[in-house]
Amino acid sequence: MKIDRRQFFKVAGWGAAAGVTAMNVVGRFGSGGRAQAFESMETPETVKAKQFAMVVDMSKFKTKDDIQKVIYACHHTHNVPNWGNPKDEVKWIWTDTYKHVFPGQESPFLDEAFKEMPFLVMCNHCDHPACTRVCPTKATFKRPDGIVMMDYHRCIGCRFCMAACPFGARSFNWRDPRLALNMNDLNMEYPTRTKGVVEKCTFCDERIAQGKQPACVEAAPAGGLVFGDIDDPNSDVRKALARTYTIRRKPELGTGPNIYYVIGGGETNAG
Amino acid sequence: MLDKALTGSKLYWAWVLFLLVLVGIGTAAYIKQFNYGLGITGMSRDVSWGFYIAQFTFLVGVAASAVMLVIPYYLHNYKTFGRIVILGEFLAVSAVTMCILFIFVDMGQPMRIMNVVLHPRPNSVMFWDSLVLSGYLALNLLIGWANLHAEKMGVPHPSWTKPLTYLSVPWAVSIHTVTAFLYAGLPGRAFWLSAVMAARFLASAFAAGPALLLLLALLVRKITRFDAGKEAIQTLGKIVTYAMFVNVFLLGLEFFTAFYSHIPEHMASFKYLYMGLDGHNKLVPLMWTSSVLAVVSMSMLVFPQIRRKEKLLAVACVATFISLWIDKGFGLVIGGFIPSPMDHVTEYWPTGIELLITMGVYAAGILVLTVLYKVAISVKVANEYPAPLKGAVEEAH
Repeated sequence: MKIDRRQFFKVAGWGAAAGVTAMNVVGRFGSGGRAQAFESMETPETVKAKQFAMVVDMSKFKTKDDIQKVIYACHHTHNVPNWGNPKDEVKWIWTDTYKHVFPGQESPFLDEAFKEMPFLVMCNHCDHPACTRVCPTKATFKRPDGIVMMDYHRCIGCRFCMAACPFGARSFNWRDPRLALNMNDLNMEYPTRTKGVVEKCTFCDERIAQGKQPACVEAAPAGGLVFGDIDDPNSDVRKALARTYTIRRKPELGTGPNIYYVIGGGETNAG
Repeated sequence: MLDKALTGSKLYWAWVLFLLVLVGIGTAAYIKQFNYGLGITGMSRDVSWGFYIAQFTFLVGVAASAVMLVIPYYLHNYKTFGRIVILGEFLAVSAVTMCILFIFVDMGQPMRIMNVVLHPRPNSVMFWDSLVLSGYLALNLLIGWANLHAEKMGVPHPSWTKPLTYLSVPWAVSIHTVTAFLYAGLPGRAFWLSAVMAARFLASAFAAGPALLLLLALLVRKITRFDAGKEAIQTLGKIVTYAMFVNVFLLGLEFFTAFYSHIPEHMASFKYLYMGLDGHNKLVPLMWTSSVLAVVSMSMLVFPQIRRKEKLLAVACVATFISLWIDKGFGLVIGGFIPSPMDHVTEYWPTGIELLITMGVYAAGILVLTVLYKVAISVKVANEYPAPLKGAVEEAH
């Protein structure tokens, strides 16, 4: 076959274009780049895991103060703004009653103590998170250690993740969060966010990277919050799960939530 | 051809100026929102999408409805639609323009809009929605413009528009299906988690879109020398009738599944919308207005004797359009957020700034529509009333 100069350039041009496109596609769809970026943040102290999880043992929280300390620890560590109104509200960890934490599970004859119990709720760092699936820009994504992470610099603020999350775990910065922060009482180790992005609990990725436990776990009464790798049979989380009966929020939706609740009677079984 | 939009009567220019003023007011309101944050709207942590996304959803339907003209005309050679099909295509262009603007004003970080292109996630329905919407905009603009240009030159439509026209048929279905998938695939929202969602979207679109187009055709006939034709308008009326009945049927299916199964979370949003929930009932009057208008429109449309009287047909179309606008441009999106996934009822109502921005976007869309219709009608009128009546071209509009 004989081709002239013009045809040659035409073919070569299309070939090059196709090649570049293919490389782009491979780069975009493959997960190699992401894993690499994550590893570069690791230090020798970094706690490693396949899937981080938490057990919330409500029997260990005796007073309102026990709960408040946990919420304060998280929100202060991460400079979470306190708007004081439900419309602009931003929260990473908070409490609600049984009826709202486990909707559909309540019964009219539930014991008063359980009815009013302030269950701690936060992001479930699901196995199959609906939020990361819908994010159009990969601004929220699942890390190799199971943490559902946020990239505040990439988030376009479309709030699709908020519509997708079945646990109401995500907050949007409806206004500039710095306006609702005490600027004299900031944690200078952690960045504040900008208006127009979504945020939520990150299992304290920044503390895990330094070999520490999440802030809430540290602030909770002993055994109240147990954190670790659910994939490791010897982890504290697995030991806690083996000790007693636990439940999860909305497991029927198949997202695979990784926060487990010990509702009561934990003390009788505690080893 | 765009020059046709630069000459017009005083009325035309007054209208354009009026729309520009509205766009200006909307822009000023948007700047306020940009500086303050989306907290200036009625949206909250629990109701995280509001008026903007609801308008977007409704207008995708209006855009998709152009296919109800394209199918009969291009696929079945239904010549009666020959004069009106361009109005449908240009209405689609205007509607998609508004869709894109509504998405833009709803973004928390609009400066990062290119992240959707730079870091796409193919799993995200929103990624696909942005692809199909921009594709649909290009298709309609290209096909409409090229064919109109050919008509102006007095030559047959260029052959390359034919495959594009065929492509635009499934493409129109796709834009509204993908938009329905934004909602229908979310695990924690029982109100939206329905397999008939996309079908219902299409049915309501094929009623609301042609109803609007019918009203526009009547308006165009009143203020210009261009007449889409009595028969075309009657056929449009039939399309509106069938689509409206299918839509209400599909809505009935939703009600049956929710209330006969008696599953609380499937009933909750319907209860909130039509009866109120936990003492909250802000949307109840609106939803019943929508229902009453739907009954009015259907009981008029179903009788051919009524439909044949153009004035009554117009009334029925206004009823259809408003009914569907309330249902889809408000209730469907807001209802999905109430109650919240943690079973709390937080109500929503748009703020003044939110409404001004919405008005600005609508004005921008109507401006696009005005310009495109001015061009199309000028070309058509010039072809129909050649040389001796050349002055009529300028008169048009």
